[in-house]
Amino acid sequence: MAKVKLKEFAFARSGDKGDGSNVGVFVTNQRDYELIKQQLTVERVKRHFHAICKGEVTRYEAPNMLALNFLLRDSLGGGGSESLKTDAQGKTHGLALLEIEVDR
Amino acid sequence: MRDKVLIGYGQGFWGDSILGPVRLVREGPLHYLALDYLAEVTMSIMQKLKGRNPKAGYATDFVAMLDRTLPEIHQKGIKVIANAGGVNPQACLQAVLDLARKKGIKGLKVGVIEGDDVLARVPELIAGGHGLVNMDDGRPLSAVQDRLLSANVYIGAFAVAECLKAGAQIVIGGRLTDPALVAGPMIHEFGWGPQDFDKLAAGTMAGHIAECGAQCTGGNYTGWREVKDFVRIGYPVIEASPDGTFVVTKHDGTGGLVNRNTVISQLLYEMGDPRRYLGPDCTADFTSAVVEEVGADRVRLSGIKGGPPTPTYKVSLSYQNGFKTTGQLTVSGPDAVAKAKLCADIVWGRLALDGCTFAEHEKLVEIVGAGVCHAGITEASDPPEVVLRLGVKCADEDKVDRFGMEIVPLVTSGPPGVTGFAGGRPKATDIVGYWPALLDKTQVKTTVRVEVS
Repeated sequence: MAKVKLKEFAFARSGDKGDGSNVGVFVTNQRDYELIKQQLTVERVKRHFHAICKGEVTRYEAPNMLALNFLLRDSLGGGGSESLKTDAQGKTHGLALLEIEVDR
Repeated sequence: MRDKVLIGYGQGFWGDSILGPVRLVREGPLHYLALDYLAEVTMSIMQKLKGRNPKAGYATDFVAMLDRTLPEIHQKGIKVIANAGGVNPQACLQAVLDLARKKGIKGLKVGVIEGDDVLARVPELIAGGHGLVNMDDGRPLSAVQDRLLSANVYIGAFAVAECLKAGAQIVIGGRLTDPALVAGPMIHEFGWGPQDFDKLAAGTMAGHIAECGAQCTGGNYTGWREVKDFVRIGYPVIEASPDGTFVVTKHDGTGGLVNRNTVISQLLYEMGDPRRYLGPDCTADFTSAVVEEVGADRVRLSGIKGGPPTPTYKVSLSYQNGFKTTGQLTVSGPDAVAKAKLCADIVWGRLALDGCTFAEHEKLVEIVGAGVCHAGITEASDPPEVVLRLGVKCADEDKVDRFGMEIVPLVTSGPPGVTGFAGGRPKATDIVGYWPALLDKTQVKTTVRVEVS
């Protein structure tokens, strides 16, 4: 087993949901799906985004797409027109998630 | 009945490239062209424009696009569905009819869908017990009612189908949901009914995949190195079948990429609970879909399940919520990060000297280049230069403008290496607050009307 960043084998997309963002991450085979289901816990993702996400993290599973979907509440500095941030819509949060290192 | 209906999606948002729709019309077969011109903030901007000019308040980009494509659209018989009407669908209809006449096109049928704009009805709705409470935080609308800018109901696909049935070749709506622009033609072509939840869910999923234009054909894809020819990226074409299955593809010979990964990426975009995607016409279960590659740049979706919709429509309201501005400077090395931090402290300090202070949550300091987008995850300790972005927001417009005056002086009165200031002093702009709410469906009645050039 080696330490590997998700960006080596997974894909992601993110966008805004109110003043939070959603980050969808998926892989291309069942073995990797079991791996991310096990290792990408809510706690792990919350810790990873500690400087970005000030609210709760929720996780959903979409097994048909070998995907997990995370909602990161209060992660956009107000969201929409309220936010002053460069990434007011969380467009780059998917790539940030892919920086997580897992055992594979 | 056609056994395959081709629906292109040429505009993912207000400001998307005009090449999307132009090339969809020119470079391959198409029965329908769907175009989304709205975002949450757009409606409030359009209400303001309409307040100044009763003939404004719709997406003028749509008319500019038709100026380039209408003769070909008319000749090929392509039907166009757009939520370009904004808060003034009638004015948009007139502009399109005027354009058709100017181009000598006779007999073009242009339809409008109205009934989504409930701004004028808000007092009546409140009086009738429809609270329009904020669905995110539960506040009553009275908190912002005196500052409302817009109020629009998200209208579904059956209104689109009704307008097509009335004979329109160009369908103009206000706040139609993005997926409705795709599901509407399917309902019209295949005769689906309000109880055909699996099929409506399929139409909704097809619309969700296509609704951001090139985001399902290789755009914004984290496997971007696989994508060929971004310059000529093809916009999506949905090849729909009467049984609710569909293929996501793009015109032959265009750039970009459609595969299982690019489609799944977009399915996950702005997703909440994937088992319960709520829309005005049905509830779609995104986890029910079988997603498979069936050829080069062809991905088929089948097996989609849906259920009944909720008894309410989603309403998007907006209100004036104070002022904001941001300004930026470039700070070169050596010691770019340390000097940028010093610059920020100088600005806040000088404003305080003049009696102008902001609460922590009203201020923003970003040192772009040192780790802003991925703060706390990927950061650079000593980049050769950074962009310092400073911003404020508050209820007092004068204070926001005062802030804007203290950025340029840093060039001569701060640390060395401050440059890159252009565009004058940053000025206060409106913050448009977003207020999502629910409204009983019995309170909303849409109407369609068709006029001929």
